[in-house]
Amino acid sequence: MEIMKFDAQKCSLCGICVEKCPFGALVIEEKGIVVDEKCRMCGLCVRQCPEKAIKFEQKANSFDKSKWKDFLIFVEQERGDIHPVAYELLGEARKMAKKVQFKVNCVIVGGAGTEENAKKLLAYGADKVYVYEDEGFEGFRADCYTDAVADCIAITKPSSVLIGATALGRSLAPRLSTRFHTGLTADCTTLDIKDNTDMVQIRPAFGGNIMAQIAITRSRPQFATVRYRVMDKALKVKQPSGEIVRCDIPAEMTKSAIEILSSRVIDKSKNIEDEDILVVAGRGVRNEKDVAMCQELADALGGQLAFTRPMVENGYGDTAHQIGLSGRTVRPKLIITCGVSGAIQFTSCMTGSECIVAINNDADAQIFNVAHYCIVDDLYQVVPQLTELVRKQKEE
Amino acid sequence: MKIVVCMKQVPAGTKVDIDPETGAMKRLSGETRTNPYDLFALEAALSLREKTGGTVTVLTMGPPQAEEMMRDAYTMGADDAVILSDRKFAGADVLATSYALSQGIQVIGGADLIICGKQTTDGDTSQVGPAIAEHMGIPHAAWVAEIVDADEHAISVRQDLVSVSQVSKLPYPCLITVDKDMCVPRLPSYLLKCATKERPVRIIGFDDMPDHDLTRYGLIGSPTSVERMFAPPEIEKQVYLEGDAAQKAEELFTILTDKKIL
Ligand SMILES: Cc1cc2nc3c(=O)[nH]c(=O)nc-3n(C[C@H](O)[C@H](O)[C@H](O)COP(=O)(O)OP(=O)(O)OC[C@H]3O[C@@H](n4cnc5c(N)ncnc54)[C@H](O)[C@@H]3O)c2cc1C
Ligand SMILES: Nc1ncnc2c1ncn2[C@@H]1O[C@H](COP(=O)(O)O)[C@@H](O)[C@H]1O
Repeated sequence: MEIMKFDAQKCSLCGICVEKCPFGALVIEEKGIVVDEKCRMCGLCVRQCPEKAIKFEQKANSFDKSKWKDFLIFVEQERGDIHPVAYELLGEARKMAKKVQFKVNCVIVGGAGTEENAKKLLAYGADKVYVYEDEGFEGFRADCYTDAVADCIAITKPSSVLIGATALGRSLAPRLSTRFHTGLTADCTTLDIKDNTDMVQIRPAFGGNIMAQIAITRSRPQFATVRYRVMDKALKVKQPSGEIVRCDIPAEMTKSAIEILSSRVIDKSKNIEDEDILVVAGRGVRNEKDVAMCQELADALGGQLAFTRPMVENGYGDTAHQIGLSGRTVRPKLIITCGVSGAIQFTSCMTGSECIVAINNDADAQIFNVAHYCIVDDLYQVVPQLTELVRKQKEE
Repeated sequence: MKIVVCMKQVPAGTKVDIDPETGAMKRLSGETRTNPYDLFALEAALSLREKTGGTVTVLTMGPPQAEEMMRDAYTMGADDAVILSDRKFAGADVLATSYALSQGIQVIGGADLIICGKQTTDGDTSQVGPAIAEHMGIPHAAWVAEIVDADEHAISVRQDLVSVSQVSKLPYPCLITVDKDMCVPRLPSYLLKCATKERPVRIIGFDDMPDHDLTRYGLIGSPTSVERMFAPPEIEKQVYLEGDAAQKAEELFTILTDKKIL
C-alpha cells in the first residue's frame, strides 16, 4: 500500500506534474499540489518532477509475507470435465514456482465426479489437489463456492491464488480477494514472480491500448485472474508425486441463499460474431464438395465456416454466416480466408481479427493487404494438409 | 423495493497515446461519458421498478463533475442520485472502491437490490460488483443475461456460464451485475429533463461514512499498485510463408501452435 507524498518545501509549484499527468489527477491549490480521485499511481509525476518533491511512500505495515507460501490454483469444471484454462494456470504456476521453490496446489469444487477429475491434475504436476465434493456444489453458486475456496485458502495459506478469467472465475475471485482484504489483478495476460515472491502481473488496460504492470506488495494472498488461451499448458510429468486431499464439508458450507431453478447446456451453435475461430470460403472454393473440405478444416479447428457474399448468393450458406457490409462484422482470434479476393466490402468487417491468414493463388489479391500470414498457393493443396496436421495434434 | 444502481463516469475515449521516445503516456482527453455498460444496469432497474414499484437510486464514487452523469440518469427516470466524493477516496482500486460504495449504500439506508454494470471501460475488471456483495455479506449473480422474474421478496435471473445456462433465484438483499445487450437502454426524456431540473444530486464525503478507518479508503486502502504502464507490443509484421504447399501448411500450423491458437 503506497501513498503519494508531496514535499511542500521542495515543491516550486512549477506545474510540470499537473501538466504531464495523463489522468488530469493533479491540481494546484493554495496549500500546494493535491492528488484527486483520478490518480492511477502511474508514477509519471514522480519521474518528471525537477525538484524531486514527489515520492511514493510505503505505509508502515507489519504484514508477514513469509507465512504465505506456494501457489493455489482454482480448477473450474465445465460440464463434468476440467476447464482447459486450469492446465494453463498449472503450467504457468509451475514455471514461477521453480524460481522461488514453491509448491503448486489446486482446489476443485463441485458435485459428483469431482474427485475423479481431480486425479487428472496429478499427471500435470500438481502437488496437492484439495477436493470439495458434495452434491450441494452441483451448479455454481457464488456464495458457497466462495466459502469452500476460502476454507482451502485458510488451511493452506498460499502466496498466490490463480483463477481463470471466465464468467465463473470473475465472479468468484473478487469475493475471495475481498474476504481476505487483499489485492486482485483481473484478466492478466503475462505473469512472473520476483525473488521476494511478489508476482509481476501484466494486463491490458483502456481497451487494450496500454499495458499495466500491477503488484500486490503488502498483503497476501495475491489474487490474479488469467485469460484463457494466453499461457502455455502444463506438460505432463514423468512420475506424478502429488496427492488428493479430500476436505471436510460442514453442512453450512453448502448452504446457500441462492436457489438454482434450472440449468441447461447451451447449444454450441454460436453466432459467427462470438466465434474464436473462423474459416471463410470465398469464390475460389468452387463447389459443394470443396465447401465441405473447408468445413472439415473449421471442424478440426473447433470453429465455424463463414462465407463471402457471392457464396451465400450461390446458396452455400445463409446470411447469418456471411461476413461483410451486407452480412456480419467479426473479430475472432483466428480467421483463415480461402479463395477470398479481399474486396473492401468484405475486409472492412473482419480486419479487427487478431490473426488473419489468407490463402489465395493470386499474389496480387487485395486480401494480402490485410493478412498477417500470407499463403500464395492453391487452396486445394494447402487446406487438406492443414486439416490433417490439426487432426493429428488432436489425437495425441 | 429499493434499487441502487452503481454507475461510473469514464474517459470518453480509450485511445491512449504513448510518446514513442520516452515511452511515457500522454494525457487522456478530459472528456467523459457514462460507462456504457452501466446504462444497461440503469435500464434493468427502471423496468424492474415499473413491475415491482419502489425507487431507483443511482450511486457513484467519483469527482463532483459526475453530477452531469447523474442529471442524465434523472432524465432517464432515476429517482435519486448520490455521489461519493472526497480526496480521501482518491486512487482507489477494486477493494477500496467497492468498500466505499458498500459504505455509501449504508449511508443512504441500504438497498433491496443492487445492480452493477458488467464492467467499466477504464478499470475493465468486472470485479467491483461481486466485491461490494462480499463487503455487505449478501449473495450475488454476475453477468446476468436476463431477469426471468422478480417480486417483492426475490429475483430470478439467467446467467450463461461457459457452457451451461443457469436460472437462479436470489432473495433480497442481493446484488446482480448485468451483461450488455440484456435490454435496450431507454432514451432520455425531455419532459423528465424539465421536471428534474431542480432535483438535487447529493454529495457524500468521508465524514459521512459509518467507518472512519482511513486505511480502508483511497490509495491507502488499495492493496494493488500500478508499477508501470507501457505500450502494447507492436502488431506483428506481415509474413509470407515460403516453400511448397505442404511446407506452407506445416509452417502455418507451427505458427498457430506457438501462438496458442491451437
Ligand atoms: C453494396 C455492396 C455490398 C457488398 N457486401 C458484401 C458483403 O457483405 N460480403 C462480401 O463478401 N461481399 C460483399 N460485396 C461483394 C464484394 O464486393 C466482392 O464481390 C466479394 O466479396 C468477392 O467475393 P470472393 O472474394 O469470394 O470472390 P472473388 O472476388 O471472385 O475472389 C475469388 C478469389 O479466389 C482466388 N482463387 C481462385 N481459385 C483459387 C485456388 N484454387 N486457390 C486459392 N485461391 C483461389 C482468386 O484468386 C480470387 O482472388 C458487396 C458489394 C457491394 C457493391
Ligand atoms: N467508481 C465507481 N462508482 C460507481 N460504480 C462503480 C465504480 N466503479 C465500478 N462501479 C460499478 O462496478 C461495475 C464493474 O466495474 P469494474 O470492476 O471497474 O469493471 C461497473 O459497471 C459499475 O456498475
